[in-house]
Amino acid sequence: MTAATYNFAYLDEQTKRMIRRAILKGIAIPGYQVPFASREMPMPYGWGTGGVQVTAAILGPDDVLKVIDQGADDTTNAVSIRKFFQRVAGIETTTNTADATIIQTRHRIPETPLQEGQVLVYQVPIPEPLRFLEPRETETRKMHALEEYGLMHVKLYEDIARNGHIATTYAYPVKVEGRYVMDPSPTPKFDNPKMHMSEALQLFGAGREKRIYALPPHTDVVSLDFEDHPFEVQRFDRPCALCGAEQVYLDEVVLDDRGGRMFVCSDSDHCETRQAEGFRGELAGEKLDASTSDRTEEVI
Amino acid sequence: MYVAVKGGEAAIDNAHRLLADRRRGDRSVPTLGLDQIAEQFALSVDRVMSEGSLYDRRLAALAIKQARGDLIEAIFLVRAYRTTLPRFGHSEPVDTGAMQVERRISACFKDLPGGQLLGPTFDYTHRLLDDELDGDPAVEPGALRDGAAEPATQIADILGGEGLIEEDPLAPGEPGDINQTPMEFPLSRAMRLQSLSRGDEGFLLALGYSTQRGYARSHPFVGEIRIGEVEVEVFVPELGFAVPVGRVQLTECQMVNQFKGSAKTPPQFTRGYGLVFGQSERKAMAMSLCDRALRAEELGEDIVAPPQDQEFVISHCDNVQATGFVEHLKLPHYVDFQAELGLVRTMRAEYEATRNEDVEIREAAE
Amino acid sequence: MDRDLPLLSVRSVTKSYGARIGCADVSFDVWPGEVVAIVGESGSGKTTLLNCISTRLEPTAGTVSYRMRDGEMRDLYRLGEAERRFLLRTDWGFVHQNPADGLRMTVSAGANVGERLMAVGQRHYGNIRATATDWLGRVEIGADRIDDQPRSFSGGMRQRLQIARNLVTAPRLVFMDEPTGGLDVSVQARLLDLLRGLVHDLGLAVIIVTHDLAVARLLSHRMIVMKDGRVVEHGLTDRLLDDPQAPYTQLLVSSILQV
Repeated sequence: MTAATYNFAYLDEQTKRMIRRAILKGIAIPGYQVPFASREMPMPYGWGTGGVQVTAAILGPDDVLKVIDQGADDTTNAVSIRKFFQRVAGIETTTNTADATIIQTRHRIPETPLQEGQVLVYQVPIPEPLRFLEPRETETRKMHALEEYGLMHVKLYEDIARNGHIATTYAYPVKVEGRYVMDPSPTPKFDNPKMHMSEALQLFGAGREKRIYALPPHTDVVSLDFEDHPFEVQRFDRPCALCGAEQVYLDEVVLDDRGGRMFVCSDSDHCETRQAEGFRGELAGEKLDASTSDRTEEVI
Repeated sequence: MYVAVKGGEAAIDNAHRLLADRRRGDRSVPTLGLDQIAEQFALSVDRVMSEGSLYDRRLAALAIKQARGDLIEAIFLVRAYRTTLPRFGHSEPVDTGAMQVERRISACFKDLPGGQLLGPTFDYTHRLLDDELDGDPAVEPGALRDGAAEPATQIADILGGEGLIEEDPLAPGEPGDINQTPMEFPLSRAMRLQSLSRGDEGFLLALGYSTQRGYARSHPFVGEIRIGEVEVEVFVPELGFAVPVGRVQLTECQMVNQFKGSAKTPPQFTRGYGLVFGQSERKAMAMSLCDRALRAEELGEDIVAPPQDQEFVISHCDNVQATGFVEHLKLPHYVDFQAELGLVRTMRAEYEATRNEDVEIREAAE
Repeated sequence: MDRDLPLLSVRSVTKSYGARIGCADVSFDVWPGEVVAIVGESGSGKTTLLNCISTRLEPTAGTVSYRMRDGEMRDLYRLGEAERRFLLRTDWGFVHQNPADGLRMTVSAGANVGERLMAVGQRHYGNIRATATDWLGRVEIGADRIDDQPRSFSGGMRQRLQIARNLVTAPRLVFMDEPTGGLDVSVQARLLDLLRGLVHDLGLAVIIVTHDLAVARLLSHRMIVMKDGRVVEHGLTDRLLDDPQAPYTQLLVSSILQV
């Protein structure tokens, strides 16, 4: 066997066309899950094969790609996917949200608001928001077709009856353009409002489950709730310990085995940009510049 | 002072280097040749070809070597390569009746045209470890039959002559292709069989076993199992006829199952079918049990057990999908976990608060 | 709504399975607020008939028409699936013999009653809960059980919960399949009493399938007696039980009622 040569962005053009058709259909029917003939990819199912196929299908030689996992550019799977596209497409990559034309993400939406012309590609493990209420695909498709979403609210009702509030914290279901109930992928509900009326095109790819769906720019996206128990996002009672940002999603870092904790931005680009602009959190210290340039080890 | 964890890239590179080192192991032990794997781990190669859905012994051997002998990883490697290959078309249906059989047995008839042919089977070996294999003892060549083989009539043709088994007509038109078509339930039997044929041997074995133990019992008899090579032909429109493109080794299992008949059908036997690349009759048999169970609806049987539920069986039989999704749990989930942490803390605080209230009320009452 | 026009019209409904007859050539009307009992032994085709007229089983021949809330008479088997399902969860109810078939056993009683309200778009938790509490009260289930799952309920309670779940959207027509079957005699009596009150207060039309003539006598205005898939007699309940005409009905009445 000679060294394998791969097409630009790995997938052959026929496959890309098939995926683009599914994407276009998804854009035409916001929130509707379009079945597509998902391919095996050289990374495992469940590790972003849906997002990778969507990105591969829309990627052009002039695109600038950013890949994040848990909000950060340097988590292992984000690094791995970014490297994959560098190798098979030779495109430029970035960690800067504003510079990217395509951002592939797992579990977060960047803090910096997205702009017109940008595309956010979500990796989706289970695209069906009704799956854990009704395991049967044949039945859930019918429920979507007939807009039978009462069961979804039954679940929220049960949460309130049991806990006093809605106990869904991520993959929080939304209704798109008043029609389809959609799973936003396992992003924290903190990010749900960012999907609403976004300037960017949002594409969702589920490789193992073979579904693509989309939110075109300026789409109405409403998180499900009750009038007297309105949707609320998580709040953190302190700012980021490194850049001092408030109203952002934070990661909790365990500092020692005596209960020591710190909270830092989950969006690493957002945090670094703010630090470069001179913002400081309580644990940032002054020698910050020197230590962030050393990207190999963690230091406390 | 704290600096966030960095260095994902260097860590990955180092992990790959260490993996390569561990794969090679002790350098004083000679490396395995692909021919050694293909020849001496032939059944592993067969499984990788079958579940990897690519008939290429050399690539399967390479994948096994690269995967350090982890067969599901090897299957994954083969699948990921296979998906990049262009699709030229599809073959004509292979004629397993014309198979050059190396093994052919039937549990239904003591003797039948073509005879019972044990072939290279573990079936009647005593499972005693053979210390001699620590070396390279001389091995006699296998005994060969004299002259041409008698044609082995397929069991379905034997029973079909009397109309005792259901017909299995050739489906019209181009067959579906699970690689080309989005999976939408309910699936045709052709699509189900494709999925089962590359489904995980262990999963199908367990499901097939469960049907024998009463979860969707179908009273199976092995009509026949045959292993051997068949010719693969592709119809070439420019020529106007089919041309042979090669030979593949297949294992086929025809399971014959009891059936009482219904308002529309007279009593007759029904079929479960298994067909896999290479030699793997365990897989072919398990597949035929699952195929039969999945025909419950078509045959008017009640769906009472998991092996009869096509969404359950087909959605979960692919080991590449299954291993990916199970193993993705080790990817970072910091963000979701943080969300859950916040919620549990809130709920704990609420719980403590109401408990304290209760205590205060009780104390006040006392 | 014009109370002089039928709510449901069944015309020549036949269901056959190959050569076997499920029910054959059945015709009748149901008026608003009227309770019709379909009685017969098991195998008489009464459940097949109920399934045919409640769109759960498509008949081989015949039509079933229903007067929609706009007053228009519509052939049920020509409705789109969306319309049909909407009808099923708003204007109709279906009470199964086994409450587990009609309830969600793993969600609370409150959510079981509230589901239909949420399905038709109610989005105020407090109101939904208040309505559910009210309905639990009407079927004699204590408000303190609202957050319990029906799994922890007795058979009679489950059946009452199923009834509340069906009635919460103020349906005009309710189908019942042996609603008291499988219950102890004393529990049956209490349930029948409750049903009679609800049906009367709400002005419900009910089609009830039962093998128990006592149930038919207590609840229904009219009765249809079936045997071997065919109607053998049809008339006002009191008249039919006091003066059965068909020999089969005479046999039924004498064998069951004079115990």
